[in-house]
Amino acid sequence: MCLLEIQGLTHRFGGLCAVSDFNIKVTEGELLGVIGPNGAGKTTLFNLITGVYRASEGAVLFRGSDLVGRAPHEIVKLGVARTFQNIRLFKELSVLDNVRVADGVHAGYGAMDALLQLPRFRREESSGRERSMQLLERFQLDEYANTQARHLPYGLQRRLELARALATRPKLLLLDEPAAGLNVGEVDRLMDLLREVREEFRPTIILIEHSMRFVMRMCERLKVLDFGTTIAEGTPEAIRSDPKVLEAYLGEETPR
Amino acid sequence: MSTPKLHAPSHRHRKGMLPALLAGGLAASYLLPYFGVLSPYVQLILISVGVNIILTSSLNLVNGYMGEFSVGHAGFMAVGAYGAAVLSVNVLPYGAAAPWLFPLAIVAGGLAAALLGCVVALLSFKTRGDYLAIVTLAFLMIVKSTLENLDVVGGARGFLGIEKLTTLPWVVAWSVATIWVIRNLVHSRYGRDIQAVRDDEIAANQTGVDTRRAKVLAFSVSSFFAGVAGGLLAHHLQFINPRMFDIAKSTDMLVMVYLGGIGSLGGSILGATIYTLLLEALRPLGAFRMMLMPLMLVLLMLFRPRGIMGMREFSWLLPACDRDAREAAASDVDKDGKA
Repeated sequence: MCLLEIQGLTHRFGGLCAVSDFNIKVTEGELLGVIGPNGAGKTTLFNLITGVYRASEGAVLFRGSDLVGRAPHEIVKLGVARTFQNIRLFKELSVLDNVRVADGVHAGYGAMDALLQLPRFRREESSGRERSMQLLERFQLDEYANTQARHLPYGLQRRLELARALATRPKLLLLDEPAAGLNVGEVDRLMDLLREVREEFRPTIILIEHSMRFVMRMCERLKVLDFGTTIAEGTPEAIRSDPKVLEAYLGEETPR
Repeated sequence: MSTPKLHAPSHRHRKGMLPALLAGGLAASYLLPYFGVLSPYVQLILISVGVNIILTSSLNLVNGYMGEFSVGHAGFMAVGAYGAAVLSVNVLPYGAAAPWLFPLAIVAGGLAAALLGCVVALLSFKTRGDYLAIVTLAFLMIVKSTLENLDVVGGARGFLGIEKLTTLPWVVAWSVATIWVIRNLVHSRYGRDIQAVRDDEIAANQTGVDTRRAKVLAFSVSSFFAGVAGGLLAHHLQFINPRMFDIAKSTDMLVMVYLGGIGSLGGSILGATIYTLLLEALRPLGAFRMMLMPLMLVLLMLFRPRGIMGMREFSWLLPACDRDAREAAASDVDKDGKA
């Protein structure tokens, strides 16, 4: 079944066309990779899907309804979560509270319940705390639950960001360079973790990545962007030998 | 994680103690002056400590928990003071009924301030940081000059003839209510949303936080209690004028917030108490105390930039479930230490 369908998505910053006429259909459970040189419009694509920018043209149909023009927090509620290229945690909050903020998206109590400490507030808070704690255990972050997020080592911050995104219970997970800044061993562990996440949480994933090793091993399908336009699409093997892709990354071959 | 049951006895012991302590404090604040144990001078100081606690903890919601730098708190206070005073002098009846209708006037003043707080919150959708600080400064100046030119409330001469309705028990009750409301808010998803906005607004929004709602909530609750403090002060001094609510007043509150510690209600209580008592104790120094206090602030910023309590909290100020979690975590550390 088609979870996400993007039709003719175009976005301009002034005169610059960051994304032009982007089309894609993503089926449920798929892991799609988006690659391309720096400035190709990959992150802009994520920002368009999640509502940070409002698309100049086109539609983003998520489970049949158009996301264009919706507020970012509403889009999260509908089931789209993301991580960031440069980690963006709530630095002063504890590791646990980082996840609880995300879990709170689905909390079923109002401001009055909280102010008067009504039973519904207590119930929802304790179940939310428990869920968040379980998620931290799943990601082996539970021993840091009460540590401020800014004190976590880099690799764990990446992992926490992934846990936080999953706490919103997404159907579509957008990962913006999850392997950036990780060493080879950490990348391997991230790949294992992602495989487990796919098995357990079964999200559909779109991922931006520069690490070719990562992309070639993880993704079933790739989409290559350059200067906002799609230049190639297909299996990792096909992409690897596509002359257009080689040209975008390495430049045109010139006669000696 | 160790089982919370392990800590049940100590926790239950403390659970009953806080309400008992508060009830005792409230009763004492009524009975001690009644039997003449507290001198009027001490009562006066306690009232200003209480009013300052309300101001500091409410300002901390915006400056500490949400990470904005509002310098307009005195403006909200002015709106509450004038709102409550106008209501109690011109609308509510004098005489025997007045003390009973007094909370109504205070709440009305608070609501008027909260309404303006919402307006500032709307402006904060578009601007943040230094620029929002300028907006709050402008707001403060607008409030002050409006009051100075409003003849119905006495203009620059001030507003006279306010009945003395603020008593020590009222101040204690309102201080406790302020701390209670802000504590419950901060330790709920609404409070976590507010703190998430402080740490990273875009990430918060992309994690499902309605950042606009968080801002409106923080500014309206914060300004409501600033208004309450204003109303209490008006009915304590029995006279208010626009000059009392200038930038210097806001600065006082900022000093108390940053002295006690940002993002901590315990810090706000400490900051307000220490600052108020110290200013009073240093009175014999005359003009020199106004040099000593800023010097203290400089030293504080150098050696403890986050204030006495910065981002930490007394465990008795935490809701029960958070307290359990903290104790469990602490006992885990103990066990690890022994092992």
